[in-house]
Amino acid sequence: MSQTRKQLLTDPLVDNNPITLQVLGICSALAVTSSLNVAFVMSLAVIAVCGFSSLFISFLRHYIPNSIRIIVQMVIIASLVILVDQIIKAYAYEISKTLSVFVGLIITNCIVMGRAEAFAMKNKPFESFVDGVGNGLGYSLLLMSVGVIRELFGSGSLFGVMIFEPVSNGGWYVPNGLLLLPPSAFFIIGFIIWGVRTWKKSQVEVREYKIQTLEEH
Amino acid sequence: MEGLISLAVKAIFVENLALSFFLGMCTFIAVSKKISTAIGLGISVMIVQSITVPANNIILSYLLKPGALAWAGFPDIDLTFLGLISYIGVIAALVQILEMILDKYFPPLYNALGIFLPLITVNCAILGGSLFMVERDYNFSEATTYGIASGFGWALAIATMAGVREKLKYSDIPDGLQGLGITFITAGLMAMAFMCFSGVKL
Repeated sequence: MSQTRKQLLTDPLVDNNPITLQVLGICSALAVTSSLNVAFVMSLAVIAVCGFSSLFISFLRHYIPNSIRIIVQMVIIASLVILVDQIIKAYAYEISKTLSVFVGLIITNCIVMGRAEAFAMKNKPFESFVDGVGNGLGYSLLLMSVGVIRELFGSGSLFGVMIFEPVSNGGWYVPNGLLLLPPSAFFIIGFIIWGVRTWKKSQVEVREYKIQTLEEH
Repeated sequence: MEGLISLAVKAIFVENLALSFFLGMCTFIAVSKKISTAIGLGISVMIVQSITVPANNIILSYLLKPGALAWAGFPDIDLTFLGLISYIGVIAALVQILEMILDKYFPPLYNALGIFLPLITVNCAILGGSLFMVERDYNFSEATTYGIASGFGWALAIATMAGVREKLKYSDIPDGLQGLGITFITAGLMAMAFMCFSGVKL
């Protein structure tokens, strides 16, 4: 039993990552990664919401009528997000300003909904909680890797601590401004997906059209 | 009027919901394989967006804002913390109503858009539009303009993306980059192109 629980937790990290394989929850993954502090708070928020929403939905799974389940799930998730939003506003006001609308958008984050619908409605509370946290961690892993690349090469620092001294401060590093702009997040995630799929061949998508080589012709 | 036009241009090009705020990315990536379906989804998003943003604006200014309940005799109440749950409720309800109206009165349109409507409830672009409206403190006419324009911007982005992807499937892409990977990189290049508009000031 503990083996399967461990699998529930670790599977979504690489083998079944919600972003690179299931294509869920990309919306916020891209927007909040230009600085690590923000990405870290966002990750914690998603892990908390994803874990607890799965837990509560799983507790209620026998009492939720099938026809209105989406609305019920939505209400549970929205209440949790309001809670998280209020906590972030209370303890990290500056970061809540940078996150702006993206905390609210956890409600429509497909990872949370997807896990509630696909796993929590059919499984016991504790397993669902672990599964929710696991998927939240998978999301965070990608978020943090993108965040590290963007902040380190974009402004030469990590968590706001200077690592590469930029030229403007008399150092040697010329920051790559592109990495602080929105398009870079697309490129980095694209390359991460390429890397993961070169490592795990089974995740490669099938071609729609096969390119004919000269020999086959 | 001039202010509204510049707001609209800004919402369509400079602050495009899909390409500079990454909203609605899940559907943007998943449903952009064919131009016809992409346009269908784009139009649905535009319709829903232009209804929900003004509707949420009314909810905000007559029910939730501090002092908004003065008309009911409670001038001291501040219900803004209920914002998120009310907006998503309004969106879910409006999408459901729109689906029923289309089903009853415009069956051809319903057949074309029907499959996309449930998807739209959980599209971040819709909720994001309402949240930006709240954050930037738009009044009713600004909210209406913003709703229509941002929906149009999203539709434009997904339609062009689908156009690119229809051609892209014939090209020889490395195995690991096939599908999702190359789509992200294409979206990044499009986002860079859209950034050129940021110099436009009206």
